[in-house]
Amino acid sequence: MTVALEGLRIVLLAGGLFFFVTGSLGLLRFPDTYTRLHAVTKADNVGLGLLVAGLSLHSLEWQSTALMLLIWLFVMASGATSAQLLARYQREQDRQESASNGNR
Amino acid sequence: MALLAAALILTTLPALWRLLHGPTTADRLLCVQMLGTASIALLLLMAEWQQQDHWRDVALVLALLGAVISAALVQLLRPARRDNVRRQEKSS
Amino acid sequence: MEIAEAVLDTALIGLLLTMAWATLHTQRMSAAIALFAGFGMVLALIWARLRAPDLALAEAAIGAGLTSALLLRAASITREETIRIPTSRLWLRWLFVTAVFAWLAVHVLALSTLDGGHSLPELVTGQTPNSGVRHPVTAVLLNFRAWDTLLELLVLLLALLGFRQIARHNRHPYDADHHPAPWPLLKAWSRSLAPLLVVTGGYLLWRGSDDPGGAFQAGAVLAAALVLLRLSGQLPVFRWSRWTVRLAALTGPALFLSVAIGSAVMGEGWLNYPDNASTLLIVLIESAATVSIAVTLAFLVAGEEEDIAE
Repeated sequence: MTVALEGLRIVLLAGGLFFFVTGSLGLLRFPDTYTRLHAVTKADNVGLGLLVAGLSLHSLEWQSTALMLLIWLFVMASGATSAQLLARYQREQDRQESASNGNR
Repeated sequence: MALLAAALILTTLPALWRLLHGPTTADRLLCVQMLGTASIALLLLMAEWQQQDHWRDVALVLALLGAVISAALVQLLRPARRDNVRRQEKSS
Repeated sequence: MEIAEAVLDTALIGLLLTMAWATLHTQRMSAAIALFAGFGMVLALIWARLRAPDLALAEAAIGAGLTSALLLRAASITREETIRIPTSRLWLRWLFVTAVFAWLAVHVLALSTLDGGHSLPELVTGQTPNSGVRHPVTAVLLNFRAWDTLLELLVLLLALLGFRQIARHNRHPYDADHHPAPWPLLKAWSRSLAPLLVVTGGYLLWRGSDDPGGAFQAGAVLAAALVLLRLSGQLPVFRWSRWTVRLAALTGPALFLSVAIGSAVMGEGWLNYPDNASTLLIVLIESAATVSIAVTLAFLVAGEEEDIAE
């Protein structure tokens, strides 16, 4: 039982790390801001979720697990919202840029 | 645990490159966001590893403030940019 | 295991130094500000690694959060996107930096030989039960060295006064219609975010007497809520002429000062709390200080501008 639990924990933690690596690769390699937004706000949140799952298997204390879950939920909400906000900001910039180019 | 933490820190290095090279401000804010998520992950990891419950509080504060940063900075950045455009239009 | 820890520490230090260097050497204002926010986050991690949770909390709340908004506000006043890095008389600057560094190094190294038989941490933990609170850092901040904390509050007040002087003379002719209306998404998000921030701020303040946390951290978190609500147009303009703003900004220092004067006149001396009332006094001072810090910081970041265009 404990061996299975330990194995699951390691798999979860490694999975979390994998998603973090993917996110930062995406941040580095994707061609424009909009795609990069996806890389960070999606992949990293999955990574954090897997990490939280792995860590809660380790401690098995409900208070810390609850707090970690809360943080994860909050980070997901914040990631989704700020992705939207940043995308809108970027779109506004692009439009202004093309408008001022058109004027010239 | 320590190995995982070290690996986690190393994944933030690409963000550093993006922070420096941009090219847009939104990219830079995005990097701050990513650093925030990675820091939260690292703090949760350290809480478990060193058996220190305080780090989870720090992670919570970092998560909240990270959300505030990206929201507030986006709104603060908007007017300044618009002025630049208008000024260019006036001068041209 | 130890190798992994060394790798972690080296990576953290490297990240911090690279960010510091990049913040100073980048030529774009927005890049410098974003880098500074990242620098604050890494610094919070390093404080956590050094097992200083109070500092980590303060750095996460103030350094990573509010300072970058404050810098952006300042940058929007100067309205310059590129930073000119001065290159003249470089050797003089290097000389100055080296001298200051050497001076600091000498004094920091001298600190370790300072304690004559008594180590400072032992003294503090030994005296904490008599201080009225159970967390040693709070005991130091609000009892043993309360004078320093009082002065810190006054420094914040001075910053506020300085800001008002500058803001008065720096009125831009086209300040009036320049905030575009906030997106509905931002409004909705700040409406759901603000209560969470208020609850967390209260939690940090409440925990302060037992665990890491306290007035400055709680104040910074509350200030973030105020700034967000202000920027999304859901709070009226923070004007110094409003009595609520004045009252909130002055409560903390005023209460702290009156306790100090009261204890000097009636009690055993300047900021020597009477034994049975110290817990009550500390909690009162901390709560008032939290409100003042929150309002002062929010005022510095988002105060006194024209209304957001609806």
